[in-house]
Amino acid sequence: MSDRANRKPETGAFFPRDRNWHAPALTPGYKTSVLRSPQKALLSLDGTISEITGPVFGHSMLGERDNDLIHNFAKPGESAIGERIIVHGRVLDERRRPVPGALLEFWQANAGGRYRHKKESYLAALDPNFGGCGRTITDEDGFYSLRTIKPGPYPWPNGVNDWRPAHIHFSIFGHGFAQRLITQMYFEGDPMIWKCPIVNTIADRRAIEQLIAPLDWANTIPMDARAYKFDIVLRGRRSTLFENRMEGN
Amino acid sequence: MVQALDHLKETASQTAGPYVHIGLTPNFCGIGGVYDADLGTVMVGEKTLGQRITVSGRVLDGTGTPLKDALVEIWQADAAGLYNSPSEMRGSADPAFLGWGRCPTGAEDGVFRFETIKPGKVPFKDGRPMAPHITFWIVARGINVGLHTRMYFPDEVEANAADPLLLRVEHRDRVATLVATGSAPNYIFDIHLQGEKETVFLDI
Ligand SMILES: [Fe+3]
Repeated sequence: MSDRANRKPETGAFFPRDRNWHAPALTPGYKTSVLRSPQKALLSLDGTISEITGPVFGHSMLGERDNDLIHNFAKPGESAIGERIIVHGRVLDERRRPVPGALLEFWQANAGGRYRHKKESYLAALDPNFGGCGRTITDEDGFYSLRTIKPGPYPWPNGVNDWRPAHIHFSIFGHGFAQRLITQMYFEGDPMIWKCPIVNTIADRRAIEQLIAPLDWANTIPMDARAYKFDIVLRGRRSTLFENRMEGN
Repeated sequence: MVQALDHLKETASQTAGPYVHIGLTPNFCGIGGVYDADLGTVMVGEKTLGQRITVSGRVLDGTGTPLKDALVEIWQADAAGLYNSPSEMRGSADPAFLGWGRCPTGAEDGVFRFETIKPGKVPFKDGRPMAPHITFWIVARGINVGLHTRMYFPDEVEANAADPLLLRVEHRDRVATLVATGSAPNYIFDIHLQGEKETVFLDI
């Protein structure tokens, strides 16, 4: 557990979530939310030790190809079909501090927009060399990277003709259970982003723009893979100087 | 002009969607060979201290239909009431218990199930003891921001009556939505996303 020993204890509670920045629970344009959205007010409470703590995931649990979706499901010597890309960035908190040791898990459709899942019904072909899942852990400065193929857009039964823009799903585990977050990354320049009912559950355009990864030309690997940069911000923590607990920082 | 606070905004949440299992429990949904095992499936080992319990339940929508595509994570203290976390300053938690579990709701019956241990009491911010509880986080298609809640134990009547969080619930008949049913060692905790029995969810 050396990952743990190196970490300075953080005992401050998290900044309250800005519920106007996030999507509300009920967003009728995204039909599934109608019956799955709590209708009563949330019980608001400053974080207790049950929420400001969280487990540590050590780098040792990672396999060599966990963050390489081009190869982690492919037969030996083969690779997934599609536009080769690198996605990289940092996990920061709202105070701009890097979040080291954050567990990132990601999943996506293949280049044709098809998921490897038994409930998936889109007629696009499966790629025998593409599983669609990966994971990594941020380094001491909060950096992460992964290699994959650019996912395709896909249709879904919401409106008669709704399509999801190309996207990668991200699950992020920071240092406290209250920071737990699942989101989606979109690609710069995709006109379908603005037509998507799931994107549009978010009211604030700036919050949507924060989900769009720019093409990072400088980090593109010549003759191999283009790079996209996707930074992720988790909830910030208060300084513990004046917390009403025995231990300070 | 004044100095800028220079805070960033938290990345906005988006739904986990219908295929959350590909990313978080790939072995469960038939994507084998990428990871040895799905994370969070085994919480308790031979050396783990404490009373073995199971917690099972369903996540129900506004019509009372169980969700078959949800994912539930839990986080809890060890038997002595310590969290296995660098932010735990009161002592060292049981090294044989991480305290975190992850379980999809079953594709057939919509049931999630955790084999764990009963957590000890942990203090509220002002030092009052909180009754033993397990923190829950629920994501699924149709849920835009992951939902936090807590499960308390039905056989901790006195501790529950003094619990600082439960005391904050204004409508007293809703306290029951945070207390499991069943009895040791098998507890049942159904989570109602909306309707008359809507679970108290937390903004925490
Ligand atoms: Fe998707």
